Amino acid sequence: MKLTKLLASTAVGAAIAFGASSAAFADGHAKELTVVSWGGAYTKSQVEAYHKPFIAKTGVNIKSEDYNGGIAEIKAQVEAGNVTWDIVDVELSDAIRACDEGLLETIDHSTLPAGADGTPAKEDFIKGTLYDCAVANIVWTTIFAYDKSKITGDAPKTMADFFDTKKWPGKRGLRKGAKVNLEFALIADGVPAKDVYSVLATPEGVDRAFAKLDTIKGDVVWWEAGAQPPQLLADGEVLMTTAYNGRIFNAVAGEGKPFEIVWDGHVWDLDLWVIPKGAKNKDTALEFLKFSTGTEPLAKQASFISYGPARKSSAPLVGKYHNKDIDMGPQMPTAPENLTNAVQNNFEFWADNADQLNERFNAWLAK
Amino acid sequence: MSDAALGTNHSANNGAASEPLIAADGIPLKQKLAKTTRRMKMQAFLLTVPLVLFLLVSFVLPIGQMLYRSVHNPTGSNVMPNFAVAIKNWDGQGLPSEEIFEVFVKDMALARKNREVGKTIGNLATRVNYEIPGARSLFTKSARRAGRITEGPYKEALFAIDKRWENPHIWLTLQRVTKDFTAAFYLAATDQKYDEAGNIVWADELYQIYLPILWKTIWLSALITALCFIIAYPVAYLLSTLPLRTSNLLMILVLLPFWTSLLVRTSAWIAMLQTEGIINNIFVYLGFISDENRIQMIYNMTGTVIAMVHILLPFMILPLYSVMKTIPPSYMRAARSMGASGTYSFVKVYFPQTVPGIAAGTLLVFILAIGYYITPALVGGNDGLLISNLIADHIKKTLNWSLGAALGTILLTVVLIFYWLYNKLVGVDNLKFG
Repeated sequence: MKLTKLLASTAVGAAIAFGASSAAFADGHAKELTVVSWGGAYTKSQVEAYHKPFIAKTGVNIKSEDYNGGIAEIKAQVEAGNVTWDIVDVELSDAIRACDEGLLETIDHSTLPAGADGTPAKEDFIKGTLYDCAVANIVWTTIFAYDKSKITGDAPKTMADFFDTKKWPGKRGLRKGAKVNLEFALIADGVPAKDVYSVLATPEGVDRAFAKLDTIKGDVVWWEAGAQPPQLLADGEVLMTTAYNGRIFNAVAGEGKPFEIVWDGHVWDLDLWVIPKGAKNKDTALEFLKFSTGTEPLAKQASFISYGPARKSSAPLVGKYHNKDIDMGPQMPTAPENLTNAVQNNFEFWADNADQLNERFNAWLAK
Repeated sequence: MSDAALGTNHSANNGAASEPLIAADGIPLKQKLAKTTRRMKMQAFLLTVPLVLFLLVSFVLPIGQMLYRSVHNPTGSNVMPNFAVAIKNWDGQGLPSEEIFEVFVKDMALARKNREVGKTIGNLATRVNYEIPGARSLFTKSARRAGRITEGPYKEALFAIDKRWENPHIWLTLQRVTKDFTAAFYLAATDQKYDEAGNIVWADELYQIYLPILWKTIWLSALITALCFIIAYPVAYLLSTLPLRTSNLLMILVLLPFWTSLLVRTSAWIAMLQTEGIINNIFVYLGFISDENRIQMIYNMTGTVIAMVHILLPFMILPLYSVMKTIPPSYMRAARSMGASGTYSFVKVYFPQTVPGIAAGTLLVFILAIGYYITPALVGGNDGLLISNLIADHIKKTLNWSLGAALGTILLTVVLIFYWLYNKLVGVDNLKFG
């Protein structure tokens, strides 16, 4: 008898406690936010520059998750009506496609805070960084890099050198997929950066890019996650590799690796915040978006990783690497001296052609 | 009831007692028995209900849904319901009429404003882009401007936005795409497509990927099965003939990797086989190869085969072992005592008795191999990828779920065909899993 009583009272107690906690959730007292980004050094820079100040300011509990890009998870969550991600860091072409397909909340640009110098948000953001469903935070780029300790003679200086396996014999690291690699191949084959997409829009241009890739196919190690290329370089698995510039910079500045970035022919792109449609904490997510794309957090992020802030007003505030005497300005993809032969990723071209070119790329790879 | 009636007739014919047997409570015994058996059958059925429901929810429904999704894609009619009706009966000659253009432009303007998932212009743009690369921007761009077209002639207004609308190809494609049921994804999954005139043709050779990979998956699975068999047969024989103490120890060696996580085992192979890995290091140390010419054993087909043979080996050893265990050693001894040579008695006496185990093992390994995903994804590199990796790609990356479903259905069909062939050759009744 005693035992049953005890059990009954425990059950009642548990039920009350559970009811109370779910009520608290319903009221929105226990504020939570799931922020999804690319992991590694990049997420770390966001945690330092965005998450920590935001938590200190609002008391919101932030859960940070990693992913490898793409909109598959967002689509699955939205279609299932169970959206667990509140705000996601995506590439431009994915942001546009997801927005076109109705998977994202629209964002009213007029609610974005003005720059620290008082410039309204619409003018403060660099041209082409604000979209219906997405607000850019940084400019990043895909460069190629090599290990200085392994190359003692002439150093590679151009994209063509990356493809020159006669002069610099050794493995090359490339991201697995058609995007960016075809641009690199054309630049290496002598196409000026500004003409890359008009050449690539023709069947002959595509053939030309694949023919150039053919010349190094046997020497390529393919990578998929952004953290892989610095590792491949460090392990000596490759002599040169393409990589996201911030990852190489962090291996140099943070871990003292002897890597060198070559800024010729790099393809730059944006990372943007998007809010999946039906996100459980939509309002908090919007608060976080406005906060993190403010002048100071963007400038602060640049002291942890070499990605360029999307706001003009952040540029003068960009100083040195957070614990070393390294000027961050020249490390940015947007630094004028780094843009002499660079391409902006053409999201429209890739939205149109990614399906077809990836099919050809996979067929080419499997041969 | 009829049973009871028959029973009565039967006894009547026999000319014995004309009254049926009555139980203590006055109900005929036959009826009572039928009632009891019915209740027992019901109970037995109720006990299996959880399993039936589980199979229904976790197996039949998803597979049914996959089959359905591969032919049913209502994107077109969801995004443009009125246009779908209007173009249905178009004869496909030249360009559609001005009325159809009007409906199209109006539907487009509506779809542009629609933010409902699955009903935006972006969904249709994606769908058409599968068939006409480059159509995506044509749709999103035109839809942005379609709202501004308020009066006719709609045809000219649309041509003014983009000249590509003048091509009949796009209208033929739209007519196909706005039908809810389509064979387009099966065509794509077998490297075929519709050409400009709507005929089915082979895709350009440079873009052919699915059939070659499917062939590769089949013969690679066959190779892996064969290798597993060659390695497993002697091991299983040893296990079944050694004294219990030793064979138990050996059995643990077989089972231990079987119980280890798949990912751990695959990663272990990466550590072993990579260019800076253990095996290459040993070879270099022993002087078999020079430091510059390390062998590429992983991130290619070799890596896939080695890792998969290792992972699937227990599935071959265990059925073989369980069958061999039941073969009395006295049969072989009898054959030998009657003058048969070792080889002859093995081929004529021992081997035939192991066939049920071989059949079970090869079927198990082959079917597991043909749908294998995680190992080729990790160690397959460029040329070691299998069809399941492409399916995963379409489900997870390109989001072309219909194409993924079509590929999945083809894979399922291939497995069923092999099962049927197998049944014809070996007979499924002969399988013995242990």
